[in-house]
Amino acid sequence: MAKKNGKTRKKSTRTYVFSFSLILVFWAGIEIAGNLGMLSSKMLGMLIPICAYAIMAVSLNLVVGFLGELSLGHAAFMLAGATAGVVFYNGAGLTMHQVPRVIITLIIGAAAAGVFGVIVGVPVLRFSGDYLAIVTLAFCQILKNVLSTTYLGVDSKGIHLALEQSSFRLEPGAKPLIKGAQPISGINKISPNMMISFTVGIVLLLLTVTFVLNLMNSRAGRAITAIRDDEIAAKSIGINLTSYKLMAFISSAVFAGLAGVIYVLNLSTLDFKKYDYNLSINVLVMVVLGGMGNVPGSIIAAALLTLLPELLRDFSQYRMFIYSIVLIVIMLFNQAPAFVQLRQRFVAKIRGKNPAGEEPVEKADGSYFEKHGKEEE
Amino acid sequence: MQFLGYLISGISLGSVYALIALGYTMVYGIAKMLNFAHGDVIMIGGYMVYFTFCSRGWNPLLAVLFAMAVCTLLGITIERVAYRPLRSAPSLAVLITAIGVSFLLQNSAMLLWKSDPKSFTSIISLPPLSLAGGKLSIPAETIVTIAVSIVIMVVLLWFVNKTRIGHAMKAVSEDRGAAQLMGINVNGIISLTFAIGSALAAVAGALLLSSYPTLIPTTGAMPGIKAFVAAVFGGIGSIPGAFLGGVLLGVIENLSKAYISTQLSDAIVFLVLIIVLLVKPTGLLGKKTAVKV
Repeated sequence: MAKKNGKTRKKSTRTYVFSFSLILVFWAGIEIAGNLGMLSSKMLGMLIPICAYAIMAVSLNLVVGFLGELSLGHAAFMLAGATAGVVFYNGAGLTMHQVPRVIITLIIGAAAAGVFGVIVGVPVLRFSGDYLAIVTLAFCQILKNVLSTTYLGVDSKGIHLALEQSSFRLEPGAKPLIKGAQPISGINKISPNMMISFTVGIVLLLLTVTFVLNLMNSRAGRAITAIRDDEIAAKSIGINLTSYKLMAFISSAVFAGLAGVIYVLNLSTLDFKKYDYNLSINVLVMVVLGGMGNVPGSIIAAALLTLLPELLRDFSQYRMFIYSIVLIVIMLFNQAPAFVQLRQRFVAKIRGKNPAGEEPVEKADGSYFEKHGKEEE
Repeated sequence: MQFLGYLISGISLGSVYALIALGYTMVYGIAKMLNFAHGDVIMIGGYMVYFTFCSRGWNPLLAVLFAMAVCTLLGITIERVAYRPLRSAPSLAVLITAIGVSFLLQNSAMLLWKSDPKSFTSIISLPPLSLAGGKLSIPAETIVTIAVSIVIMVVLLWFVNKTRIGHAMKAVSEDRGAAQLMGINVNGIISLTFAIGSALAAVAGALLLSSYPTLIPTTGAMPGIKAFVAAVFGGIGSIPGAFLGGVLLGVIENLSKAYISTQLSDAIVFLVLIIVLLVKPTGLLGKKTAVKV
């Protein structure tokens, strides 16, 4: 404890252990409850969205929490991944065995989102702050709009791609894959057994968390946080700003693409309109509530905020109203200097009476989550 | 001739964006925050005009003044309750709170006034202007919108540049701490900024709904985003920039709707924004600030 080095190492190990046990306990709990038939069908339907949003939140955290840039277009990568994935998934059809079909769909989704990440990242990362935010938002709107006017189909003559319905003609019997603004429907699920689909979601979440935590504990990760903390200082010690920024941005996009694929395979329809700025904002809210740069925090916040509408079902009329008030109150309580001071004084008072106050004090200088995140639970 | 028609209605739509963008840009310049709830203040203003003018038949001017008063109060309250405690907090925290306020306004409207669309009657009851021997007919709403925006713009520029309070606002936007040391009531100035922005939003709401008469609780969201884009486009923090950005955005949107594609018009607007920012990263009229090391 006395050595600073030992302590930081301990902290990162703690984050690993905490993140993995959190996910595995959640997985095991759901598997047991599911196999005993204790979960309602509505609850079962929430499982994949929870995984998808957790992946979204963890990957956005890479940009917002670790790189320190505000992105309002994370939904765009989800949409890019989902669309590319679904086009392959529906195009391949049931002739292909389900396991390779899902795996290739995931790879295609991730790759498409990554490519879109490069397209967006190269111009966007020249900006910073609010300008970066607005440009990511702009890219999200553009992708959504362009996809809504795209027509894509395959017949014996090859691939047909058009931007207008009038110039889009397929041979009779051929199936169009994207029909303009109409939602893509009839996407069959990963598996009829929800528990298997859920396991796929959990595996992807574990993959995301492993990648992000490993990245952040590597040389590249330290460069990324150095850029966040002081761009000029980072540059002056020879860190290549553009390449590290792009690295964070593109990895974040790739995982958002994966999230998009599992989300849309679970939902069985893909409506481009849904992937707008509101979705990006929802994910951003998860990141901020969970704690910036805090991976387990993002997962917990994503799960809670996805479940919250379900928990508030009895007040369905009031649920978004309650959600917005909860959001404002939590932000005020966690961030307003007046409240923070009040809370610290309160905590100090309790600790003063507590003879075993040593350990919590040590925790208090840990991550953001330990300082701010616990109250939400 | 047709082109002129599209151009003029584009300028009119752009003037509404400009009025909303003025609120964004002033709040950004002075409080250094993005007030995401600004678009929803437009919606509240719209409902106020709807209930007084469309339902009860008040005088339209009186109805707009009433809506301005309600929105001013609302703006000041939002700032006092939600934003002021967070003034020294990280900017992302304020942004999320603003998003929370935006959700709150939308959902309160949903609970209070239900989500069914209300059809808005135009507050302007003048005949359309006929030009070139009837070949070009311009709705009165269009002309009034443009005229009102220009008047507001001129008054605002005069207010900020020539009056004592305006100078105080500029001082606060340049250096809040120094302004406070000079005896300027910073809290008062920030409240005033929110009040002006919200009052303008009410006017924008009334004008927007006179041309596009469907009122639902999310009416303000899209114009809000577009106006935010307009503010960035023109250089956020700059009042003439917001006006220029708004008008250009409206014109580009309308012309691309007319000549390229209705569905792609938003994509084109955003693409132009990206290109402009790549060429001129601080927006059209934004000030370039040097980074001190």
